[in-house]
This record gives sequence, C-alpha cells and structure tokens, in this order.
Amino acid sequence: MTEHALDGAAVRRTWHLAEEDQDHSTDGATLLGFWIYLMSDALIFASLFAMFGVVGASYAGGPTPREIFDLPLVALNTAFLLASSITFGAAMPHMEAGRVGATRFWLVITGLVGAAFVGIELYEFSHLIAEGATPQRSAFLSAFFTLVGTHGAHVTVGLIWIATLLVQLGRHGLTPAMKRRLMCLSMFWHFLDIIWIGVFTFVYLFGVIR
Amino acid sequence: MSLSPERANAALHEPGTTHAHGSRKGYATGSILSVVLTAIPFWLVMSGAVQDAQTTAFLIFGLALVQIVVHVVFFLHLNTRSEGGWTLLAFLFTAVIVFLTIGGSIWVMYHLNANMMPMPGNGVGNMSGMN
Repeated sequence: MTEHALDGAAVRRTWHLAEEDQDHSTDGATLLGFWIYLMSDALIFASLFAMFGVVGASYAGGPTPREIFDLPLVALNTAFLLASSITFGAAMPHMEAGRVGATRFWLVITGLVGAAFVGIELYEFSHLIAEGATPQRSAFLSAFFTLVGTHGAHVTVGLIWIATLLVQLGRHGLTPAMKRRLMCLSMFWHFLDIIWIGVFTFVYLFGVIR
Repeated sequence: MSLSPERANAALHEPGTTHAHGSRKGYATGSILSVVLTAIPFWLVMSGAVQDAQTTAFLIFGLALVQIVVHVVFFLHLNTRSEGGWTLLAFLFTAVIVFLTIGGSIWVMYHLNANMMPMPGNGVGNMSGMN
C-alpha cells in the first residue's frame, strides 16, 4: 500500500515538473521543427535547381540568358535582399533586450526593403514577358520562371508574415510566444537569402558566362 | 525515470544555444563577409576580369559555397551545440541530398544528352546547347 502511494506521488511529481517546463520546451521543439521545415524546403529548391541545371541551356531557338538578363538590375535586387537580411539581424538584439519599438522599426525597414525586392522581380518578369521571353517560349525559360518565381513567392509569404508580426507586436508586446515567432521568421528570412545566393550565382551569373 | 526528460531538456536548452541568440559582433562579421562575397562574383562577371569562362565559373561557384557557409554560421547560428546537435545533423543530411539531387541530375542528364544520336528534326537537338 505505502509503496503504491509513493509510486503515485513520484509519477505525479514527474508530470508536474514536465508541465512546469512545458512553455520552455515547446520553444525548443518549435525552433527545431521549423529548422526541419527549412531543410525540407531546401530540398524543394534543390529539385528546382536540378531541373534548371538540366534544361538551363535548352533555348529552343529562343532568347539566351546573355540577351535577356540585366545584370545591374540583378545586382540591385541582390543588394536589396542582402540588406533586408542585415536589417533583420539588426532587429534581433532589440528583441532579446525586450525593446518593442526598435524591434518594430527594424522589422518595418526589413519589410520595405523586401517589398522593393519583390517589386523589382515583378518588373523584371513583366519586362521579360513583354519581350516575348515567356515561360512557354523554351525549357530554359520555364525552368527560370519556376525557380525564381518559387523563391519570389516565398519572399512574398515572408512579407505577409512580417506584416502579421508587426500587428501582433503592437497588440501583445514581446511575450515569449512573440519572441519564438520572430525567431522562426528570422530563420525563414535568412534562409531565403541563402537560396538567393544559389539563384544569382547559378541562374544569372553562370547563365551569362556559359 | 524522472531524470530523463530533464536531461533531454538540458541538452536542448543550454544557455545561448537557440538559433536567434547571435551576438551583434557575429552579425557584423557576417554582414561584411556576405557583402564582399556578393560583390566579388558580380564584379568578376560584369567586368570580365577573368577571360576564361570556365575559371570564372569555378570562382563564382566557389564564392557562392563560401557565402552559403558564412550565412548559415553567422545568420542562422548553426553550430555543433544548438538543439543538442540535431540542427547540424539535419543540415548535413540536407546538404548531402541537395548535392546528390543537383549534381546527380546534371551529371546523368549531361551524359544522356552527350551519348544521344543526333537526330535532326526532333526535340533532342534543342538540348545540344548543354555541351
């Protein structure tokens, strides 16, 4: 009987400790889970890069990268995305110090620079399509629009996420849940910049010299 | 019995081991490195500083790999300790799959294309630009 009661107490105590730590432990689990998501997203991009690598020179008599890519524009776009990664990095120390205003300020800057990136990319796409370099023109252009468009769609989702967190920061302040969300968004944003390194190297720069 | 979850939590939550706890100095170093590593390949291609296209290609791909490592270390704060090493393990596994997917596809399809009989009038000829 006594043994039984002790066992019960021990079990209860274990559960209590686990619950006490729950808030903290879900944080770590969320960040690790989000990291696993980013890795699986990297595999999506890997297959798109592989496709572009295979058909990237199949012009079907259509325009070649040298003819249609505007490298100064790509350089400007790259600078914007890299700058937005750096400004997001500037927001994180303010978040850890609990300064809501400064965190929101840097998030707004990041969002604006990110929006400029998407705007330039849409301008580039519309310019290409107006020139007749549509996704239907050749395998190279299909692969180009799929790969670069998928990246652009990710950045657009990131912009929506930034806007959402800006509103939530205004309502809730820097609660542990908000910090966790900001950390996930930070990882997402830096991840997209890493994918862009592959895009500007493999698609644009290598496309022009191959 | 009651120790194991605590131990697991300790492994996951050593102070300063989560992703976003990067120092300001780390961000500054990463930012400077990434700007330099972005500027060099654009300069190489746009100025045509190296005449040989193959050398230029090797250089820009090499610089891209270095920049990816810089971003992962300084911006995503990947190290051997975060989340008890699981993030590093997942990253390395992904890197292997990415390498196999991209490298394998290009390698196989290049040889498939190179060994194909040239047949005028069908789509195969359109891929000859790959060589």
